[in-house]
Amino acid sequence: MIHSENEHYEFAVHHSEEDGKKVRKMIWNIFWVLLGITALEVMLGIFWKSWGLNWGLIKTTFIFLTLLKAYFIVAYYMHMRDEVKSFIFTVIVPYSIFVIYTVLILINEALALFDFDALYR
Amino acid sequence: MSANTHAVDAKTAWGGGGKAPFGMSYGKMMMWFFLVSDALTFAGFLASYGFMRHRFYDIWPSAENVFTHFPFMHGDHPLIYVALMTFILIMSSVTMVLAVEAGHRMDKKGVSFWMGMTIIGGLIFVGSQAWEWYHFIHGTEWGAIEMGVGNYTMPDGSVKQTSGLMARWANETKDILALPWKDLSGEYIKVSGAQVAEIVNNGKEVFGANMVRNEYGHPLFANFFFFITGFHGTHVFSGVVLNFIIFLNVLKGTYQKRGHYEMVEKVGLYWHFVDLVWVFVFTFFYLV
Repeated sequence: MIHSENEHYEFAVHHSEEDGKKVRKMIWNIFWVLLGITALEVMLGIFWKSWGLNWGLIKTTFIFLTLLKAYFIVAYYMHMRDEVKSFIFTVIVPYSIFVIYTVLILINEALALFDFDALYR
Repeated sequence: MSANTHAVDAKTAWGGGGKAPFGMSYGKMMMWFFLVSDALTFAGFLASYGFMRHRFYDIWPSAENVFTHFPFMHGDHPLIYVALMTFILIMSSVTMVLAVEAGHRMDKKGVSFWMGMTIIGGLIFVGSQAWEWYHFIHGTEWGAIEMGVGNYTMPDGSVKQTSGLMARWANETKDILALPWKDLSGEYIKVSGAQVAEIVNNGKEVFGANMVRNEYGHPLFANFFFFITGFHGTHVFSGVVLNFIIFLNVLKGTYQKRGHYEMVEKVGLYWHFVDLVWVFVFTFFYLV
């Protein structure tokens, strides 16, 4: 590899006024999405009984909406979408595998311990 | 310098070689890796919360019966204030990303305005959390009674042992209630039985919550509340401090001279992460 005084690489740290307008529009669009999801969560929390919905369904919906919110924050506000694919996978994949495994095994163990306690009640 | 990119000298950016891994700057990549490790800590907290909650799921308190206060208002407002706090934090995330956007246009005025708004939002959130802690520690006006060991009869006729965990909700009607006091349809779980009066008389009055006793139910609920929201609150606070330092540098014109506002982007990543964690805490601690 030949090194020279002029050798450099470039990072995207600037954009033009026009691009700025587009980015700002994106930011506010995502804001309305996040606000909408939060409002929906609160509404569901207050009215699910009077709407005759099932609590298990509501729980699943809450978790799904949370992951959706997380996606919008990470992809758009943290600009994860603009990074290269290999970096996205480096961050998301090992983390997800570890956390999903931890959660599943801990909940499973907890329910087993609950049943174990119940034997001696 | 082209219109869309900023030339970074290879020696100063990564200190050797002419290539940047993942085409990213050193600082941003390391911030991401730090956030991954921090996210593992929070996942550990929430997963262990899930563990204890499911281990004691028949007596675990429901957050909507605990966090019912709203400033300057009386009555029962379950989780409304927490929802408002969530909104405030999302809003401060918006102002942060607007500061980053202004930085990309080298708009010093814009960056300082939006950074300032972000700091204000963060301070309101930390203040709200302090307010919530105060009410949780202080407790309700009726308090509860921590009982000794004995048997009681559930509304459906089944007999349960208190194991020292059941508490009486000394509410206006002085009914004796089993944890978690209300079932899913919102009805009080009133219990009876010959031994109940005796258990109550031998019990200890508890007001509010601390690391050992918890008026609202299982003491572990209080422990997890203090640890999870406390650890998150510490992150918000340190985020405000970092934002403030960068804010001062913006005002001084440090980044204008440097030619780019990448520091604002890095501190922004941390701030969005704090918001992201709260999204999960809101769901898993308060909502479900």
